Amino acid sequence: MFQGWIQIALTLLIVVAITPFLGGYMARVYLGERTLLDPVLNPVERILFKLSGVQTRENMTGWQYIKAVLYSNLVMALLLTFILFSQGWLPFNPTALSEPTWDTVLHTVISFITNTDQQHYSGETTYGYFAQFAGLGYMLFVSAATGLAVGIAFIRGLTGRPLGNFYVDLTQSITRILLPIGIIGTILFIAGGVPETLTGPAIVPTLENPAISQAIARGPVAHFEILKQIGENGGGFFAVNSAHPFENPSPFTNLIQTVGMVMIPSSFIYTYGVIANNRKQAWLVYGMVLTISIVFIIFNGISEYNGNPAVNALLGGQVPNLEGKEVRFGWAQSALFSVITTGTMTGAVNSFHDSFMPTGGFVMMSNMFLQIIWGGQGTGTAYLFAYLILAVFVTGLMVGRTPEFLGRKIEKREVVLAGFLILLVHPIAILIPGAIAMSLPSAPDGVTAQGFYNGITNPSFHGLTQVLYEYASAAANNGSGFGGLLTSQPAPSALWWNLSASFSLLAGRYVPIVALLLLADSMSRKQPVPMTSGTLRTDTGLFTGITAGVILIMGALTFFPVLALGPIAEAFQIAKGIG
Amino acid sequence: MQTPQDSDSLQSSRSGKRDSRRHTPKANMSGLYQRAIREAFIKLDPRTEVKNPVMFVVWVGTIVTFLVTLDPNLFGTVQADPGQQRLLNGLITFILFFTLVFANFAEAVAEGRGKAQADALRSTRSDTIAHKLLPDGSIQEVSSTELQRGDQVKVVAGDMIPADGEVIKGIASVDESAITGESAPVLKQPGTDIMSSVTGGTRILSDELILKVASDPGQGFIDRMIALVEGAERVKTPNEIALTVLLTVLTLVFLIVVATVSPLANYVQAPTTIAILISLLVALIPTTIGGLLSAIGIAGMDRVAQFNVIATSGRAVEACGDISTLVLDKTGTITLGNRLADEFIPVDGHTVEEVAQIALAASVFDETPEGKSIVILAERNSANINFNTDDASGVEFTARTRMSGTDLPNGKEVRKGAVDAVKGFVRSRGGTIPVQLDAAYERVSRLGGTPLAVCQDGEIYGVIYLKDIVKAGLRERFDQLRRMGVKTIMLTGDNRITASVIAEEAGVDDFIAEATPEDKIDVIRREQAEGKLVAMTGDGTNDAPALAQANVGVAMNSGTQAAKEAANMVDLDSDPTKLIDLVTIGKQLLITRGALTTFSIANDIAKYFAIIPTIFAAAGIGSLNIMGLKSPQSAIISALIYNALIIPALIPLALKGVQFRPLTADQLLRRNILIYGVGGVIAPFIAIKIIDVLLPFS
Repeated sequence: MFQGWIQIALTLLIVVAITPFLGGYMARVYLGERTLLDPVLNPVERILFKLSGVQTRENMTGWQYIKAVLYSNLVMALLLTFILFSQGWLPFNPTALSEPTWDTVLHTVISFITNTDQQHYSGETTYGYFAQFAGLGYMLFVSAATGLAVGIAFIRGLTGRPLGNFYVDLTQSITRILLPIGIIGTILFIAGGVPETLTGPAIVPTLENPAISQAIARGPVAHFEILKQIGENGGGFFAVNSAHPFENPSPFTNLIQTVGMVMIPSSFIYTYGVIANNRKQAWLVYGMVLTISIVFIIFNGISEYNGNPAVNALLGGQVPNLEGKEVRFGWAQSALFSVITTGTMTGAVNSFHDSFMPTGGFVMMSNMFLQIIWGGQGTGTAYLFAYLILAVFVTGLMVGRTPEFLGRKIEKREVVLAGFLILLVHPIAILIPGAIAMSLPSAPDGVTAQGFYNGITNPSFHGLTQVLYEYASAAANNGSGFGGLLTSQPAPSALWWNLSASFSLLAGRYVPIVALLLLADSMSRKQPVPMTSGTLRTDTGLFTGITAGVILIMGALTFFPVLALGPIAEAFQIAKGIG
Repeated sequence: MQTPQDSDSLQSSRSGKRDSRRHTPKANMSGLYQRAIREAFIKLDPRTEVKNPVMFVVWVGTIVTFLVTLDPNLFGTVQADPGQQRLLNGLITFILFFTLVFANFAEAVAEGRGKAQADALRSTRSDTIAHKLLPDGSIQEVSSTELQRGDQVKVVAGDMIPADGEVIKGIASVDESAITGESAPVLKQPGTDIMSSVTGGTRILSDELILKVASDPGQGFIDRMIALVEGAERVKTPNEIALTVLLTVLTLVFLIVVATVSPLANYVQAPTTIAILISLLVALIPTTIGGLLSAIGIAGMDRVAQFNVIATSGRAVEACGDISTLVLDKTGTITLGNRLADEFIPVDGHTVEEVAQIALAASVFDETPEGKSIVILAERNSANINFNTDDASGVEFTARTRMSGTDLPNGKEVRKGAVDAVKGFVRSRGGTIPVQLDAAYERVSRLGGTPLAVCQDGEIYGVIYLKDIVKAGLRERFDQLRRMGVKTIMLTGDNRITASVIAEEAGVDDFIAEATPEDKIDVIRREQAEGKLVAMTGDGTNDAPALAQANVGVAMNSGTQAAKEAANMVDLDSDPTKLIDLVTIGKQLLITRGALTTFSIANDIAKYFAIIPTIFAAAGIGSLNIMGLKSPQSAIISALIYNALIIPALIPLALKGVQFRPLTADQLLRRNILIYGVGGVIAPFIAIKIIDVLLPFS
């Protein structure tokens, strides 16, 4: 047990230690200051901008930025659609996979362009190498970079700067952040045993009976894998994601994967601190998020370590819950990974989330409902500060002034944008499709059945958790699967899941992006009010605590009924020994 | 703008009387609650309710629960015993109905108080007969309500002044006690900035005046105040709108939460009824603040009115809380308008007694408080009037000569006045300037006083030290303001030395000496350019641009029509110090709104824990019922009763406002979050448990 907690503590220590360096570096990149890679990258970027005709010095207004995000994402999505549909005649397809169903392609495209990477398919049997590295691999870069660009534009607006230029931010996020870290990570992964090859599956005789041979899927995995983690994408090369021994062969690669997914979103808070010139506030907010994350990890860790009482009763002693877990990671690294991956909106999995104790389901869903326990690439920090703005608005009146954040008044427009984006998008994108899915008939009577079916494989509380988890994962752009839903086949339930999840994916991605950018735009245009002793200070422990309370009441309580009827009820059920 | 010598204005005679402030005609509050109860039911009209999204959801919910009381199986068959179901639904309907009534009652009480205030004001301006002066010079009797802007009317002793206006002819004393509470009559005459403006509803005591009506019927200041405190013309303030948006979003969120919970509950075989879901919804949406929000706003306006200040918009009142700079005139605001003679300083061999003798002679005809104080000080220095006052003649102070004095029967001219003015006078009489004069001038200035030189013909005898008296308690108030983050800037016509001394003594943060009206507007612009909100007071026509420029401009009622029109508030008592109180009222309004919002939202935790575990007990989550409530019925009814009763329980707080303390923002936040945030989490747990125990449910 002790060993497990030490593994967790050391991993988190590494994350915290990286923060000021990576956060500071990202701030320098986005502020256009000199960085180490300038001699190499300046000429490269100059050529890129020249070729694409981007006017690097041109700042965009809120709407211009929004249009740039939407149009560029649309073009990228169309390109991906083309690649996926035509993989049958495209090169590097050693297993000769043909085009998937239209709804699978639709869901895959939307899922990858929204930085979610929810997968209603098995990578090794659905998409060929070209579709994986040129299509999906391309998305790993651009969807992450889109998130970073939106995040940095939000921070710029909040601190009274012009929002910047989306194309420049997008490019530099890739060239200066994702690519350098990605190259180092790829080398480490290859060293750690992750394959990087274009040759087809290895055909090997089985140990039990050498007469029978077995095909072992492989491919250009290593580079895909690091981008999957650091870009908070989470879409695995193989179906079982980071539990697969070729994606994540050892505790060493697992450490890189864990640190990799939380590294950028956590450091981004520090980037805010540098740009706002208020590192104190950055560390306070960082501390709040870290604390919540640690509490979740402890909850999850304890309940996984204690195992399932029903199983323990059979075994006549306490053993950790290892169902659905890789033995090479054990309960500790699985518990840690599951909290980090759902908190950071990565969505990679190194264990089967469906098999966690209900506490795990509770923690993972809470992470996605809140989507700020580090949160998405770039957007997580933006959400966090949108919450701060809401907290300022609600409690700031109590100091007797119109609430202000960073010297800018929070008025109707800001409340509309922050309130709408923080409070309303999630209930709409999670609860409404969730309720509809729960009302659908559960399983088709034969494969030819018409209409929608929910394809839930579990009755009662666990079935409810499966459904709500799926929509939370889509709406929060996390992408991890709880499992247990018939999302890829049979066709009728796959159709329902592909379509309804696509709605949640789009609503959960683009509505907030539009709102965040408009919010940043309107904040940046406000005349700043000087600080006096009558101004509410937001960089204090007290206010950070209040923010945590606001997040709890406004963000989490909304989902209390769902959590109560899902994981909480299941936990009581297991405790009573009925499960 | 007050120059050092012209401080015998109306405002100075009034200033500093904090005790004589609350003199609005006593509002008649009897029958207020009966009327409010009636109003509360009238406001159940859906056309009224729909204006408040939170309460409208409750309204719709009440209708639905009423329908399922009539027929419990209306929206699908319910398993429970229909009789029992009907009883529960009926109870829920009953409580929801009263939740609505209580919220309406809160608003009605606030409006009722405003109306009472307005009625009291209106009584001062009951329809009177006005003597309208026609172009041909003849007089026509018309009703005061028919007077148009620009009409000329004649008023004689005993008449009620029919409308706000400007004196264009005549001199008369007017009793303004009806609006200011100040019983001493005020002299009105044309041409002077301050004394030429009259207010409708006041009474002329002597002589007669010709007035030019300044406003169309229903547009006077009192009419505007009546409209505002009555709530009829109430326009939501920006902050109120923003808060309404947030409350609407929260309501929508909970609407989705509750609407979607039913299929989930059915899936886990813990079905529930529509009446219970509506109860859950009403308990979760912010009904407390939703029900009290408009009452808080109206009460804020009412508090301003009780302070005898007319605000032309709610926005202005709210802006008071955001003020970060106060621009204050020295005279009348920081110092008592009447400076008092404190010492005679002889120069060049003259004695104190000689100076006193000359000063007395120069002040015999001076009726200003300063003049009188000189007489008193001189007599204390054993000076006496050694000439026949009937044969002497007084020389009045003018802005041009900046001197006053007496022409004695023996032909000698005694004068007192600004030092350089007296120097000029002495030179013109062939006299010389004593060498010690400048030293005496400087000494008085350094003490923060105003030096007046006294002379007889060509000879300067000495200097009178007029002491400026800083109002008592101001230093502490400025300290409070500083803690609240409000900066004070003093403007004065005095020289730099005097100004700095007074500024130091009063404890203002900054001052501008030898200020002109242009300086006033400059300083406001400068502060605003830094993003600050600025408040100021003014009374003269030359203050009008600055009043309009300031975010909160408070005109003195004694001021000119131009000043009043440029301002967004008018102080009926003409007490500039009140600006400080207005800042407090503005802050109190915002704090009350924030505190009740926080409280209302914090309540949700307890309501969740009361309702969810009990209504979904079939899902086996009964252990979450940490309050140990008896049954689902009891839990729901208890939560709803709490939800309904908390509204009337908080009405007094909404109307009175959260007690304001002059603390820094951090201290205020800590204090209020503890009371309304943490308190808002804990209070409902206790209250719901108590109600549950008291309820006769099993």
